[in-house]
Amino acid sequence: MVTQTFEEISPADFFYRNRDIAGFTNPSRAIFASIRELVENSLDAAEYVMIPPDVYVRLSYVGEASPESAIYKLRVMDNGSGIPPQHIPSAFGQVLFGSKYKLKQTRGTFGLGGTMSVLYGQITTHQPAFIASSTGISKIYMYKIMIDIQKNRPLILDRKIILNKERWRGTVIEYSLEGDYIRAMPKILEYLKQTALVNPYANITFVDPRGRLYKFMRATTKMPPAPQETLPHPYGVDVETLQRLIRFTRCNTMQEFMKTHFHRVGELTASKFLTFAEIPASKSPKKLKREEIVRLVQNMKRFKEFLPPDASCLSPLGEELLRTGILKELKPEFTAVRQRKPSTYSGHPFIVEVAIAYGGNIPQKGDFILYRFANRIPLLYDEASDVSFRIMKGINWRRYKISPDMPIAILVHICSTKVPYKTVGKEFIADRPEVKREILNGMREVARDLQHFLSRQEHVERERKRLGVFSKYLPKIAQFATKLAGRQEPPDIKKLLDKVKTIEENE
Amino acid sequence: MKKTSRDERFSATERKKEVLDKLSNLGENLYQQMAQGNFPSIKMPSRSIENIYYNPEVRQYVLGDRTVKRTAQNIRHIKPFTQLVWTGYFAQELTTNRKTSTLRDVYYSAQAYEISFQDQAESDNVITDLETVADCAREDLNIFPEERSAIFGDLTIEYTVPGYEGKQLNLTSHPDGVMIGPALTYSEFVKTTADKVIAIEKGGLFTRFIEENVHKKYNALLVLTAGQAPRATRHFIRRLNRELDLPVYIFTDGDPWGMHIAMVIISGSANAAHLRELTTPDAKWSGVWASDIVDYKLPSDPLTELDVKRLHELQRDPRYKNDLWQREIKVFMKHKRKAEQEAFSRYGLTYIVDEYLPAKLEEKI
Ligand SMILES: Nc1ncnc2c1ncn2[C@@H]1O[C@H](COP(=O)(O)OP(=O)(O)O)[C@@H](O)[C@H]1O
Ligand SMILES: [Mg+2]
Repeated sequence: MVTQTFEEISPADFFYRNRDIAGFTNPSRAIFASIRELVENSLDAAEYVMIPPDVYVRLSYVGEASPESAIYKLRVMDNGSGIPPQHIPSAFGQVLFGSKYKLKQTRGTFGLGGTMSVLYGQITTHQPAFIASSTGISKIYMYKIMIDIQKNRPLILDRKIILNKERWRGTVIEYSLEGDYIRAMPKILEYLKQTALVNPYANITFVDPRGRLYKFMRATTKMPPAPQETLPHPYGVDVETLQRLIRFTRCNTMQEFMKTHFHRVGELTASKFLTFAEIPASKSPKKLKREEIVRLVQNMKRFKEFLPPDASCLSPLGEELLRTGILKELKPEFTAVRQRKPSTYSGHPFIVEVAIAYGGNIPQKGDFILYRFANRIPLLYDEASDVSFRIMKGINWRRYKISPDMPIAILVHICSTKVPYKTVGKEFIADRPEVKREILNGMREVARDLQHFLSRQEHVERERKRLGVFSKYLPKIAQFATKLAGRQEPPDIKKLLDKVKTIEENE
Repeated sequence: MKKTSRDERFSATERKKEVLDKLSNLGENLYQQMAQGNFPSIKMPSRSIENIYYNPEVRQYVLGDRTVKRTAQNIRHIKPFTQLVWTGYFAQELTTNRKTSTLRDVYYSAQAYEISFQDQAESDNVITDLETVADCAREDLNIFPEERSAIFGDLTIEYTVPGYEGKQLNLTSHPDGVMIGPALTYSEFVKTTADKVIAIEKGGLFTRFIEENVHKKYNALLVLTAGQAPRATRHFIRRLNRELDLPVYIFTDGDPWGMHIAMVIISGSANAAHLRELTTPDAKWSGVWASDIVDYKLPSDPLTELDVKRLHELQRDPRYKNDLWQREIKVFMKHKRKAEQEAFSRYGLTYIVDEYLPAKLEEKI
C-alpha cells in the first residue's frame, strides 16, 4: 500500500516552485521581469501621492555565473510615497502582501511582483536585499532582508535608521540576481520606451551594465486624475468575495449590507433586488446559509436593474496625455487618439484608449506595429495571442486606404480594476466580447482619422504640385509669347497666378 | 522661264514673310489674352483620326471641321502649350536669322530654355501642332527631318539661303546627285531642258540611271526618294510638277510597301492631313507593278503574311480607289509574289533602262 504524505506549502514556496507563471522563466525573462516589477512599483508609488515619477534604474555587472548568464546588481530608486517603516520588510519579504488589494486601477495587483523579484535574486545569488525608504518623515529606514521561503516571512538581517534632513521621500531597493542582460536588452529598452510613452509625465533613467545611459524624459507634468477607490459591483462578485464581506460587515440587515458594500446600490435598488432574490430585507447577513449565499450570487448576476458601474475608479491616460506620449517617444508625422466611453465586462468597469501614429520616425516594417498597454504598463510578449492583435488583423484596412506597408503604429490601452489577462504573467488580454467591441470601434475611429489626414495631405500635395506647374509654365508662355509678338515687356501674369491659387482654395 | 506657272507659290522671300506674320500674330494673340487677365488659349483643327477625311477633290487627306482648344488653364495642357509657344519662338528665331534646324536639334535646343521634352517623339508632335496652328509645313518654319533624298538632272536653280543669294547651280554638277536639303528647298527654279521627272525608291537604281545617262536619253530629272519620300522631297516633286509642268513617274519595288511610297507622293499621308502642297496628284506610279512581275518573268519572293495584311488594308484605303491600284492589288494577291527593282538585273545591267523604262513611260494608265 502506498502511503501518501500531505504537506502544506507557503505562498512563497508555491511561487518559488512555479516561478514561470510570474514571468521568471529563464535568465533573460527573469531580468526583464525584475526590472519591470520594480519600475511599476515605483510608478504606482509616485502616482499614489500624485507626484510626477522620477525612476532611476541601474543594472551593474558583478561576475560570471554560467556560460549563458551572469550575476548583476539591480538598483531601483524612486520619489514615490515611500513605505511606512513597519511594512518595509513585508513589502519585499512576503509574497501576497501589498497595499493594492482595494478596488481601484493600479499596475500591481497580487502583492507579488516586487517580492518575486527579491525572491528570485535570493534563490540565484543567496544574497540579501537592501531596502531604504522614507515617507517623507524625519527618518529614513534601511533594511537588509532575506525571505524565509517556507514560512513566507521576511528575515531582517540588519536595520538602520538615519536622519532625513532633506525630507527625502521615496524608496530604494538594491539586490543581486542572475540573468542574461545581453539577450534581455532589446526587450528591456523597448519596455522602458513604451513605459515612457504611456507615462509621459515620468522621468525614467536607466544605466546598463556597460555603463550606457538611457534617459526618457517627461514631456509634461500633468498627470491623469488619481483613480478613486471603489466598491465591488454586484455583477462581478463571487461566492468567495461575498463570504469575506459577510465576515467583516457590521451591517445588521441585508438592506444595509447591499447599500454599504456594493457599487451603485441605493435604497431603492437594494429593496428591489432583495425582493427579486426572495431574501427578507431585514435579515442579518451573518445569518445567511451557505446555499443562500450561492443563490444570492447567482441572483446578482441575473438581476437586470443594477446600475452599470461608473468609471471613477479608473484612471485612463486621456487623449491629451496619450498624444503627448506618442509624440514624445514615437515622433510620428500624424497621430489620432480616441478614448472610448467607459464600459463593463462581468461587472468590471473598463476604458479602452486607441491611437494610431503615422509617418515621421515610425519605421516601415511591412506590417503595422502594435503597442499594447494595460493599466499604463506595456505588454511585450505573446502579441499574436492578444485580442488587439486579432482585431487588428481582422479589420479591412483597405476600406480606410491604409495598408500594412505604410509606416503605421497602432496603440491600444485598456484600463480596468480587473484587466482581463489570460495568464498570471500579465502579457496578453483575453477575448471578452465587450472589450473586443470597444477596441474594434476605437481602431475604426482612428483609422478614419488617419484616412482623412492622408487624403487631406494628398490633396495639399496635389495642389502644391499644381501651383508649381502653373508658376513654372505661365511665365514661360508670357516670355515667349512676348518675343513672338515682337514686344519688349511681358504681360503681367500675377493675376493669373492668383486665379490658380483661388481655384485651389475653393476646391 | 523663271517664275513660270506660279499657281500657288510666292517667291521664297514672300513666303518667309507670310510665315513670320503668322508667328507674330500667334504671339500677339496670346499676349493680348494674358494682358487682359485671361489664361491664354489656342484653337486649332483637331488631328484626331475621327477628323481626318479623304477629299477626292483635292485627292488627299484633309482635316474636318472639328477643332480642339488648348488652354493654359488646364493643368494637362499647360506643358504642351508652353512647348508649343516656345517652338513658335524658336521657329521665328530660325526664320529671321535664316538658319535651319533638324527635328533632333529642336529637341536638344529646348533644354537651353528649360523647356523639357520627354523624348524626340514629344517634340516632333509639338512641331506638328505648330504646323497646324500656323498653317504651314515645318520646312517653312526652317525645321527639317534628318533623312535626305537627292536629285540629278538638267535643272538650274538659284539659291536664296544666306551667303548663296543669287548663286546658281546646275543639278548635273555632281554625279552623285544633289541633296534635297533646306538650301534646295528654298531655291528658285531658273531653267531646265527636262520634260519629265522620274522618282526612284532606291539609291542603287538611282546611281545606275545616272551612269546609264537616263537623264539624257529620256530628258528626265531623276529624284531619289530613298524609301518613303521626306516631306521636303514630296514638296519639291510637287514644285517640279506645278512650276515646271513636268509629268512625274514613280518607280518603286514591286510590293505593297513600294506601291505605298508612290501613293504618298501622289496623295499624301494621313499624318500630314493638316498640310497642303505636299502632294502631286497627277504623278504616276510606273512600276514595278505586280503584273510586271508576271509579264517580265522577274525573279520574285513569296508575299509574307505581313505583306498580305498590308494589301488588304490598302484595298480598303480611299486613296487606292481607282482601277490601276485595285487591279494591281488583285494581281499581287493572286500570284502572291513580290519583286525588287534590282530583279531586272537578271536580264543584264542595261535592260531596265533600254527595255523596261521606255515601255513603262509609254504606258497609258
Ligand atoms: N517603490 C515602492 N514604493 C512604495 N511602496 C512600494 C514600493 N514597492 C512596493 N511597495 C509596496 O509593497 C507592496 C508589494 O509590492 P509587490 O510585491 O510588487 O505587489 P503589488 O505591486 O502587486 O502590490 C505594494 O503593494 C506596495 O504597497
Ligand atoms: Mg508590484
